[in-house]
Amino acid sequence: MTQEELNNIIKPENLVYEKSKIMTNNTLSFCPGCGHGTAHRIIAEVIEEMGIQEQTIGISPVGCSVLMYNFLDIDMQQAAHGRAPALATAIKRLMPEKYVFTYQGDGDLAAIGTAETIHACNRGENIAIIFINNGIYGMTGGQMAPTTLEGMQTATSPYGRDLKIMGNPLKITEMVAMLAGTYSVTRQSVHTAANVKKAKKAIRVAFENQKLEKGVSFVEIVSNCNSGWKLSAPAANKWMEENMFPFYPLGDIKVEGKLVK
Amino acid sequence: MAKIKGAIVVDNEACKGCGVCIVSCPCKVIELSKEVNGKGYNYCYMKDPDACIGCASCGMVCPDGVITVYKVKSE
Repeated sequence: MTQEELNNIIKPENLVYEKSKIMTNNTLSFCPGCGHGTAHRIIAEVIEEMGIQEQTIGISPVGCSVLMYNFLDIDMQQAAHGRAPALATAIKRLMPEKYVFTYQGDGDLAAIGTAETIHACNRGENIAIIFINNGIYGMTGGQMAPTTLEGMQTATSPYGRDLKIMGNPLKITEMVAMLAGTYSVTRQSVHTAANVKKAKKAIRVAFENQKLEKGVSFVEIVSNCNSGWKLSAPAANKWMEENMFPFYPLGDIKVEGKLVK
Repeated sequence: MAKIKGAIVVDNEACKGCGVCIVSCPCKVIELSKEVNGKGYNYCYMKDPDACIGCASCGMVCPDGVITVYKVKSE
């Protein structure tokens, strides 16, 4: 194919996919291949498709995605470590007409913020919680997190996670699904195009649920941490499929207030 | 029969060369270049433009959103 033929294809009327306008032009601070970037982008796409840029308030956590407010062109606030659901509760109660979501990693949501997460979910606040689970503390150098798998090597479990000493991995998504305050709970991933579409649909449902005022919508995204896992990005995705998905199976757990799994 | 032809445009300076798009491409169109960008990453490019069908799988999985996809149907 010559350059001229290529130029005939590359025209605005033939456009099928581009980065969402809600994403800013700042270069993402994540490692190459990190699922955070994809998760950010699908959130931006949902906000753009629903036309709610002016009505959305996001809460960024502490962790790798702490700088989320630099990448999404919406109103955002940054919470103390683990306290994003508490802050989201306050914002939603003060401004019930806004769409409020939190974006948290596993160290933030499932470790230091367990109390806030459980109680916000139990109270049934009308917020969306987007939870990125990569089984490791990414930003601080790959230490063991509550969601680290059995036998998985991290900086603080160099011989693999020993269940006798370090306890069991925490399935917090199944846990919050049991609470009466959650309306929809689902687990997705963003490593292939098909999974990205499913995850985007789940996030859209989570945003739309806020108008119903029936409780928390919880979306877990099982993601990779190729730096923490010491693998290349495609190898990390493969490792995730082989090891993370058997323990954290993808799919809906609670739909419209009813447990389906 | 209508033939579908696609093309991608990569923002070379923003690409981090993770290679996720290469694995996701069903037609094996994309490859990492030998050259590097300003940050020292081998950015991705269309090695085989004739095979591209504009499915946008690469664009959807790109964590940094550097890929723009175009598609045209020709008779």
